[in-house]
Amino acid sequence: MVPLTVNGVSHEFDGDPNMPILWYLRDELGLAGTKFGCGMALCGACTVHIDGRAIRACVTPVSAADSKEVTTIEGLDPGGNHPVQRAWRSHNVPQCGYCQSGQIMQAASLLAENPDPSDEEVIDGMQGNICRCGTYQRIFAAVRTAASEV
Amino acid sequence: MAQITHVSRRQFIQSTGLGAVLVLGAQIRQNSIFAVARAQSATSVQPNLFVSIDSDGTVTITCSRSEMGQGVRTGIPMILADELEADWSRVKIWQAPGDETKYDPAGKDGQNTDGSRSTRHHFEIMRELGASARNLLERAAAEEWGVDASEVYTKHHRLYHTSSGRSFDFGELVDAAANLSLPTGENAPAPRLKHPSEWKYIGRDLPVVDNFDMSTGGATYGADVSLPGMKIAVIARSPVYRGKVRSFDATEALQVSGVEQVIEIPAMADDTPAEFRALGGVAVIGINTWSVMEGRSKLKIEWDDGPFTVHDSSTFDDTLRESARRGGSVIRRRGDVDEALSTADSVVESEYFVPYLVHTPMEPPVALVDATARPVQVWAATQAPNETRQYVAEALGLEKTDVECHITLLGGGFGRKSKPDFACEAAILSEAIGAPVRVQWTREDEVRNGYYHAASAQYIKAGLDASGNVTAWHHSAAWPSLMALWAPDVKTASTLEAGLGLIDLPYNNIPNLQIETGEADAMIRVGWYRSVNNIQHSFATNCFVNELAAAADRDPLEFMLGLIGDADEMDLTEDAVEEIWNYGDSIDDWPIMPKRLSNVLRTVAQKSGYGKQMADGHGLGLACHRSFHSYVATAVHVVVRDNGSLHVPQVDVAIDCGRYVNPEGVRKQIEGAVVFGHTIARHGKITTSRGVVEQSNFHNYPLTRIGDTPLDVRVEIVEDYVHLRSCGVGEPGVPPYAPALANAIFAATGKRHRALPLTDDALRV
Repeated sequence: MVPLTVNGVSHEFDGDPNMPILWYLRDELGLAGTKFGCGMALCGACTVHIDGRAIRACVTPVSAADSKEVTTIEGLDPGGNHPVQRAWRSHNVPQCGYCQSGQIMQAASLLAENPDPSDEEVIDGMQGNICRCGTYQRIFAAVRTAASEV
Repeated sequence: MAQITHVSRRQFIQSTGLGAVLVLGAQIRQNSIFAVARAQSATSVQPNLFVSIDSDGTVTITCSRSEMGQGVRTGIPMILADELEADWSRVKIWQAPGDETKYDPAGKDGQNTDGSRSTRHHFEIMRELGASARNLLERAAAEEWGVDASEVYTKHHRLYHTSSGRSFDFGELVDAAANLSLPTGENAPAPRLKHPSEWKYIGRDLPVVDNFDMSTGGATYGADVSLPGMKIAVIARSPVYRGKVRSFDATEALQVSGVEQVIEIPAMADDTPAEFRALGGVAVIGINTWSVMEGRSKLKIEWDDGPFTVHDSSTFDDTLRESARRGGSVIRRRGDVDEALSTADSVVESEYFVPYLVHTPMEPPVALVDATARPVQVWAATQAPNETRQYVAEALGLEKTDVECHITLLGGGFGRKSKPDFACEAAILSEAIGAPVRVQWTREDEVRNGYYHAASAQYIKAGLDASGNVTAWHHSAAWPSLMALWAPDVKTASTLEAGLGLIDLPYNNIPNLQIETGEADAMIRVGWYRSVNNIQHSFATNCFVNELAAAADRDPLEFMLGLIGDADEMDLTEDAVEEIWNYGDSIDDWPIMPKRLSNVLRTVAQKSGYGKQMADGHGLGLACHRSFHSYVATAVHVVVRDNGSLHVPQVDVAIDCGRYVNPEGVRKQIEGAVVFGHTIARHGKITTSRGVVEQSNFHNYPLTRIGDTPLDVRVEIVEDYVHLRSCGVGEPGVPPYAPALANAIFAATGKRHRALPLTDDALRV
């Protein structure tokens, strides 16, 4: 039994503790905003927070969240108005949108740890998140905008 | 002109689930914009696209094409909303299911979303639909006020009486309008369209309608739909194309908690073309995705590899190169290249190679099918809802009309999701177990068992006279044809593929031309991929013309402009071209216009500062290409560092796509196309060893990341021909990027690179 909190709600997970958090969120809790892209922590589409820090949910077992707080895109801000989310919309970042939950969660974690990142720090911080539609230019601009607001 | 009629309210409410009270349906004759040829007579009328207006004034516009990031759910409804004079903030979008009888009555695209054609095939009819709805509301208002309709005008969701200033909101006129009949028949007057100067949305920046959902995790993609009792499946497929299961042992797989069943999907018969059918394999079915992925890893399968273990990049690539040198089928001929080459002052020849590529949309293929329902229910991230219905029906032994296909948002498509093999798999498994099944492809499945952009070789030989003028261009290309999906033994390139930037070689001022294609075997599923064969054709032609400019000691920009010229139109029939595939459209409606290509090239040269002195290690490269009727020129500024690594500080792109709808959407597509092109140029390479694809995930099939992407992409939308028909936007930004980068590297280093990808290792050689 693994006790954990997801978006402020307490859960007791009684399945295989090796199950990646991604599939617990998607298949068992019905939180579909977190996406599957590679299964190897190579693309960042599954990024969520454990105790506020970005992790790749596709390779992180539920056991790693024992007694911890998991935050997904659905729980980042009750109204969807986290500064990163607002910046994303003002820069019209998404194309297909599929990777964007992971991008936003990564950016939110990056800015929580470093509210005033340099350009290089933004690039380093977002390097693990792939966008096949190629929205990087707008991601970069949106992170800079959000940084000025957090 | 379209004819507009009421659709029965019940019929529309049933189909949308909306409380619609006023419904308009379009009936489109064969001579409308959807028609194959304008000269054809009117033969059929069928309902097509819809708008509804609720009594609260909400306007619901149907989107019938698939959203995969290109902005179609925003752009096409913008056109209708504009002519309707609707308030965009009161517009909702309803995603239509697959039904080509409604949404492609003229049989033009099967309701598929591909070929960068949605806007150009909907622009005029969406205007008519919006204008018809507006005219109907104006008549209703006139009746309510007892005035002539000519005294009524519409502005921003309200109807006004000119002299009295009285007004109605759209919603207040719903009942009155529903009682009016619409003019029908061949002689029905066309609705009055707004003058372009009156447009309020067309040509203006709007954010996409899904912006909020996409930033909050609320958008619904293929794997986000669930049904009660649904099971999840992953499938082990043969590592070698057309391989079969010889035997398997599922004992350990079935011991994994959550795994319920293991089922073999039979491979296709040897003489059945692959098309979009299920490949076959061993499916592990269970209660969650993790369980079935674990279960699959524990399967023990013995495969019969079949005939394609001979497909090995170590030999296949050379076979393509030899075939390109041999040529064979001449598809365009002007003058006499042999004679011109034999008398040329100098001859330049080069060979270019582009490897297999695979799509890698961030969302791997996924579909949910309930084969126990009638009609069968499919939810799929699909670009081709009606082919999904067709192939699912075939897999189940049913008729297409027995299958409904609901289109979710697509987490990227790029052509992969035009091929609904994954929906067939879900259908077969759902029928087998008597419950809804979601088939989830993993990244490894997508990379190893995909449909691949054809590897290709090109050989070009040109003659120059003593003044450096090009007197002859002999171009030969070889690639395995995507037509092999339907005709597995086909060895020659199709007219369609040759039409993608080869037969329409833009150098109109060369007096002697010969273009031919060589044979190649398709030993893997070859399929279309964003911008298709334009990728390699643009790469070879733009790189080779740059080589010729150097050989002639001429400036590449002036040299290219001299070869392209400024003719209004290029007439291929003068070059013994028997058949040209013009992106499925009439060459009369969308002619090949050299002056537009020259225009974007001049524009991008000017915007990028081409010609200025550059520091050591810096280079600016140009390329231009017409595809999907659009004209795009790209200027890449590259810095090649001493250690061979490469940085692209700036990219300028000029696009002439005729009449465009959402400029913000155009810019985003071009920005994305540059990144897509950068992946092709720097990373993309699929290889096979004994028939097995050697790559599997992003560690060995890397994509451009934020750290190596051009972060300063400047897009210029060229307005000179904005009065002409809409052209493609989703794909045309891709082809010019790789050659512009290669030409920039030459400008920076003096080194030529003729094979993609231009990896760091390749650049150091």
